[in-house]
Amino acid sequence: MTEITTISGNRGLMLEEPLIFEQGCPGRIGVDIADPGPVDEDRLGGLARQGAIGLPDLSEPQMVRHYTRLSQKNYGIDSGFYPLGSCTMKHNPRLSEKMARIPGLTDLHPFQPQSTVQGALEVIDLLAHWLKGLAGMPALAMSPAAGAHGEWCGLMAIRAYHDDHGDSRRTRVLVPESAHGTNPATAAMCGYSVDPVPANERGRVDVAALKAKLGPDVACIMVTNPNTCGLFEDEILEIARITHDAGAFFYCDGANYNAIVGRVKVADLGIDAMHINLHKTFSTPHGGGGPGAGPTVLSAKLAPYAPLPFVVHGTDGLELVEHAEQAPGAKPFGRVKGYHGQFGVFVRALAYILSMGADGLRQTSSDAVLNANYLLASLKDVLSASFDGPCMHECLFDDRFLKDSGVTTLDFAKMLIDEGFHPMTMYFPLVVHGALLMEPTESEAKETLDGFIAVIRALAAKAKNSEAEAFKAAPRLTPRRRLDETLAARQPILRWKHGANAEG
Amino acid sequence: MSMYFTKDHEWIKVDGDTGVVGITAYAQHALGDIVYVEVPESGRELRLGGDAAVVESVKAASEVYSPVSGTVTAGNAVLADQPALVNESPEDQAWFFKLTLSNPTELEGLMDRAAYDEYVAGLE
Repeated sequence: MTEITTISGNRGLMLEEPLIFEQGCPGRIGVDIADPGPVDEDRLGGLARQGAIGLPDLSEPQMVRHYTRLSQKNYGIDSGFYPLGSCTMKHNPRLSEKMARIPGLTDLHPFQPQSTVQGALEVIDLLAHWLKGLAGMPALAMSPAAGAHGEWCGLMAIRAYHDDHGDSRRTRVLVPESAHGTNPATAAMCGYSVDPVPANERGRVDVAALKAKLGPDVACIMVTNPNTCGLFEDEILEIARITHDAGAFFYCDGANYNAIVGRVKVADLGIDAMHINLHKTFSTPHGGGGPGAGPTVLSAKLAPYAPLPFVVHGTDGLELVEHAEQAPGAKPFGRVKGYHGQFGVFVRALAYILSMGADGLRQTSSDAVLNANYLLASLKDVLSASFDGPCMHECLFDDRFLKDSGVTTLDFAKMLIDEGFHPMTMYFPLVVHGALLMEPTESEAKETLDGFIAVIRALAAKAKNSEAEAFKAAPRLTPRRRLDETLAARQPILRWKHGANAEG
Repeated sequence: MSMYFTKDHEWIKVDGDTGVVGITAYAQHALGDIVYVEVPESGRELRLGGDAAVVESVKAASEVYSPVSGTVTAGNAVLADQPALVNESPEDQAWFFKLTLSNPTELEGLMDRAAYDEYVAGLE
């Protein structure tokens, strides 16, 4: 392909955009403020600015265009297909966004008298009611701010239980090899040592190996179900039984709850605690688009240790319990977050739940699984599926189909960008070589999936047809070509300095 | 000096009760470009198979496990500034740490070069 070059460096109407600091022109100003005249008294206590603070000077149209152009370079779920496995990039309904912008829910202060925020407390309470009902669990901590934070909350509750029962021998946490990296990190943060559990040849937890590692020094196990290979842990009841027989708790990483919501009550699986990623399962913006939230459901045994604050039904309406002495019998392990959790995310998640209804939620998980199996079935003759289907909400391939082609998983992903698709997750999970993990979600129409499948099939044929050079050159149609990820990691340049890195 | 290997792709060169540990050429190739290395400090007690160091590439972060039990006598400070050395000289200059072996009989559970090469060939 001939390289297209232009005089300006722009590519059509996709304009080349310098950093805002590089566009600054000293003295240029977008507003006209009257000269305040001489200041006869310093009212800043000697803290008046001593010199320039290094902000760029631009006109308002320059500013507007700068940020508009940057936004045009962004690729998000609103732009196109986003099959990033393990991330659940489903559509964010505009209704949920509208609800989150209702003035009565946005113009609040966390320290307002509770009698004036009964509606906000009802949002928290009603969402908690739904989450507990869907999970079949009796208790819930609403305040964790994201998935990993929810894991930490769950393990702190487990630790509080063991401490409360004088059981100080339990120092180990068992984590399968395919787990998200946050699982071992959480266990370590809670002061536990991490012991990995191998997978079997079917991509599930090796139950015999788990059993051999269980003992009186194990505090809990952390299992993701469906797991990061997109597979349902079909021996989960046995996993729960042997874990409980050893006196340990069963923590479930709920990152993939979107595959089973409305179909499985996690309480029926023997799970003692699980965080629910509202930003995945209940469709609130995430990634670059907004904060997450990781409410954590707890079993009856762990319920007394749930962190503050929580909402209760009092005599004069809903009440927020902020201190342990307000709740006789409770033994909260502390607080995990300032204020009451990610309230804006709660509103969106509740709007999503109420607009879906129980039947709609059941259909979302069914459709997510159907779409993933459609990808798996349509691609497994040209890619190499790591495990036999059916899969759950995501399908996993490895790089065996690229063997001797000279093309790597990374090259394949870069080529997809030129074709107008956000790549799938690469090189995770680590249990297979050169992983390609695809999660279409329920949001996508069949036409979108068919378009993606056609491109993947054609690219796989190209790779097998000794066209490695084209893959190595990708992406060719992006504002920047292949970035040097190694140099960026080894010698990161994290801030602009005047004159230091103008060109490079 | 004898050289031994683990199934997790660490190597150890042993002279008396002193060992030098690193990761194999196969390991660095599988990881890709190494961008970060964390080595243990002197005095740290390591046990056989326990976490000893951390290595990160553009693809993944991995633990490096200690092939034997012992006490760390030195970590290779050069690797913090030059992680690329692990790609360039994995089994020589890019050693991770030195240690004093507390139980040299543990070496009997490791592979020699021929056995390791055969093991790696079986992974392809």
